Amino acid sequence: MANLNINGEQKSFDAPEDMPLLWVLRDILGMTGTKFGCGVALCGACTVHIDGKAVRSCLLPVSAVSGRAITTIEGVGTTPVGARVQKAWLDLEVIQCGYCQSGQIMSAAALLAATPTPDDSDIDAAMAGNICRCGTYVRVREAIKHAASERQT
Amino acid sequence: MKLADNMLVAASPANKPSGLSRRNLLAGAFAGGFMFAFQLPVRAANEPTQPPDTTEGKFAPNAFIRIDTTGKTTLVMPQVEMGQGIYTAIAMILAEELDADYAQITLEHAPPSDKLYGNPIFIIQATGGSTSVRAFWKPLRNAGATARAMLVQAAAEQWQVEPASCTASNGQVMHAASGRKLSYGELCDAAGKLTPPKEVALKDPKDFSVIGKPLKRFDTPDKVNGKTIYGIDAMVPGMSFATLAQCPVFGGKLAKADDRAAKKIPGVRQIVVLDDLVAVVGDHMWAAKSGLEALDITWDEGPNAKISSKDIWAHLRTASETDGVIAKSVGDIAKGLATGERIDASYEMPFLAHATMEPLNCTVHFKGDSCEVWTGTQIMSRVQSEAARAAGLPIDKVTVNQHMIGGGFGRRLEPDMVVAAVRIAKQVNGPVKVVWTREEDIQHDIYRPVYRDNISATLSNGKVVGFKYKIAGSAVIARWLPPAFQKGIDIDAIDSAADQPYDFPHFQCEYVRVEPPAVPTGFWRGVGPNNNVFAIESFMDELARKAGKDPVVFRRELLGKAPRMLAALNLAAEKANWGQPLPARVGRGVSIQPTFDTSIATVVEAEIDSQGEIRLRQVNVAVDTGIAVNPDTIVAQIEGGIVFGLTAALYGDITIEKGRVQQSNFHDYRMLRIDQMPKINVHLIKSGEAPGGIGECGVIGGPPALRNAIYAATGVALRRMPIDRDAIAERKKS
Repeated sequence: MANLNINGEQKSFDAPEDMPLLWVLRDILGMTGTKFGCGVALCGACTVHIDGKAVRSCLLPVSAVSGRAITTIEGVGTTPVGARVQKAWLDLEVIQCGYCQSGQIMSAAALLAATPTPDDSDIDAAMAGNICRCGTYVRVREAIKHAASERQT
Repeated sequence: MKLADNMLVAASPANKPSGLSRRNLLAGAFAGGFMFAFQLPVRAANEPTQPPDTTEGKFAPNAFIRIDTTGKTTLVMPQVEMGQGIYTAIAMILAEELDADYAQITLEHAPPSDKLYGNPIFIIQATGGSTSVRAFWKPLRNAGATARAMLVQAAAEQWQVEPASCTASNGQVMHAASGRKLSYGELCDAAGKLTPPKEVALKDPKDFSVIGKPLKRFDTPDKVNGKTIYGIDAMVPGMSFATLAQCPVFGGKLAKADDRAAKKIPGVRQIVVLDDLVAVVGDHMWAAKSGLEALDITWDEGPNAKISSKDIWAHLRTASETDGVIAKSVGDIAKGLATGERIDASYEMPFLAHATMEPLNCTVHFKGDSCEVWTGTQIMSRVQSEAARAAGLPIDKVTVNQHMIGGGFGRRLEPDMVVAAVRIAKQVNGPVKVVWTREEDIQHDIYRPVYRDNISATLSNGKVVGFKYKIAGSAVIARWLPPAFQKGIDIDAIDSAADQPYDFPHFQCEYVRVEPPAVPTGFWRGVGPNNNVFAIESFMDELARKAGKDPVVFRRELLGKAPRMLAALNLAAEKANWGQPLPARVGRGVSIQPTFDTSIATVVEAEIDSQGEIRLRQVNVAVDTGIAVNPDTIVAQIEGGIVFGLTAALYGDITIEKGRVQQSNFHDYRMLRIDQMPKINVHLIKSGEAPGGIGECGVIGGPPALRNAIYAATGVALRRMPIDRDAIAERKKS
């Protein structure tokens, strides 16, 4: 029986040790906000936070995260920075199909937590691992800056 | 406004067979306004158009609107939301004419029914071809206005006043003279007893209060917190999880699968072996995926095992030299091509995969005498009928639950993922979710066809005399909507080519149907115009250079009969600082497009380094799409479309070797990322014309405009996509 701290709650379940966190979240715990996109950490759709850092969950064995604080898209809104990012995403109407946006938001929230006023190159570095097939990148960048500025006011 | 709970299910009684009962002659407008007439099964005029779940206490004047006694207003969405913002646009159009209370609106996915929800352009219930707003503009306005008229009449009868003395707004009918008012909820019982009027007056567009406003999308709040349920997120009690492998060679079959190792993987429940695929069913996707990797599969590769891209291109090039079917002829092309200096060129487009971010998936519960399907699809009714066929059941025994779509781009205009899931589910006890790996998704796509376009034109005194354009490529329409394939012409393949904005004195457009061996072909966002606009606009730059003219000036001179296009061209050029000097190896390129009843001009500015790598600097797009239902959505669609198109121009290339696709995931089927993004400025032109299509428009202009920017910066005339970096590296320049 494995035990994980997800969004501040303890979750217990049976899973093989090498099973990636992505599939534990989605198929065992029914937390489908975290998305499967490529399975090999090329697209960023599965991004979660482990102790506040953005990590791709599709290659992350569940055994590696026991005792760590896991945050998913379902819980990120309870953090001030996560809530600001979600609001900025809606204020600027970033989203189209939305499938990649859980990952985009998780990457952006981790960026802003570490770098409260990121410049373009910070945004490039933090967000280049997140593919958006709808091509919302222009607004992703604007929304990150918008979320950063909301903190100042 | 909110979504129905999870938007998981449209009330199940509504899952009626999509009965197509009669053949009728229909004249309709397809895609870019190309008119055609063909035989299609369409609904009989006397068939009921009531929504199937009209229930007590609900006012349901047509298939799109239901109002209950509390005033809750449910709008049924005939087109599917896949990111293009169509649910918001449809709701806005209905709400505008209905004068609904926006706060009381709930949206529901339509159930499968061509009768009730068929796209008036395609007749079947399909979302594609940038048709939604164009096709449903009038039907939705009529539906809203009819409901409003009935509610007004109900109030007027109750008050014993003339309907004309009443007004409606925000979900209420008012009688100003007496100060009385009744809400739509209070009126719905009485309105429900009235006969809908045969004709209703629509609003004058100058009185629009919703249409034309940049309203917030209703679907996005649930997309920032993980609540939206896409097809891949469907959870059904007792379900298992499966993933599949199909023969890597197109058309191949399974010879044998040794499952001894796979069965030992913890969580693996079952191996489903069918004649052309194998699926592993498990407690979760990880077990299924691990099980699939542990299978020792031997494929019978069949007759296509030796086919390569080289063969496909040789086949296409040879076929493209044959005479085509004439799709359009203006003046005398033989005379035109015999006058002045002649220039010939050929352009080639590769196979492309869709690579939707949501990998293909479908959940099915086969119960023997009935079957339930959960998926996100662009073809609701066809999914129902194809699932029924695969299940061996009558259509009315198949329930389909529509979902939000994590990217369609034409891939979900096909039912193959549903058919595969039903075939697997027939072998499984209980519901099973079948999810394709990204590798399977890329290698078993239904690909954007390869095209080759041969163009010949003549110039005399710097002016075009003759212009002959011949398209050679797949006829997707012939497979997908056979009745629309008439006289050897694929109306999609010639779209935006046959009907020219340019005033060429002698013009001919021809089409040669060439199906590539082995590789299945389908619609890909931007469809036929992607190919045609690329070839024609690339060639226009080559002609301009030959004529010694600036590319914008050269085009302007030919747009005398297309004032909206001319205005778009002028605006894009102005905003892009066309003509202002640029550094070495930086160029601006322009492209215009008459696509989906929308006039667009695109200017791309790019820098090409000595190695041939490209830095996108800036994109300016001028758009005249007529009445802009939701202007912010239109801007977003153009921004995103530019990314989609430029991704293809920079990287998109599906190649075939030994009968199989060589690419498999995002490392070798690359996507543009945020750190490569140019600035994108979208300039909307105000217009009172009927709305044009928009969802695909942004995709089309970027590649030719970038190609022309490269031409301006390096002098290299690229004639193939994707862009060959070696061809534009500085060392190549003599």
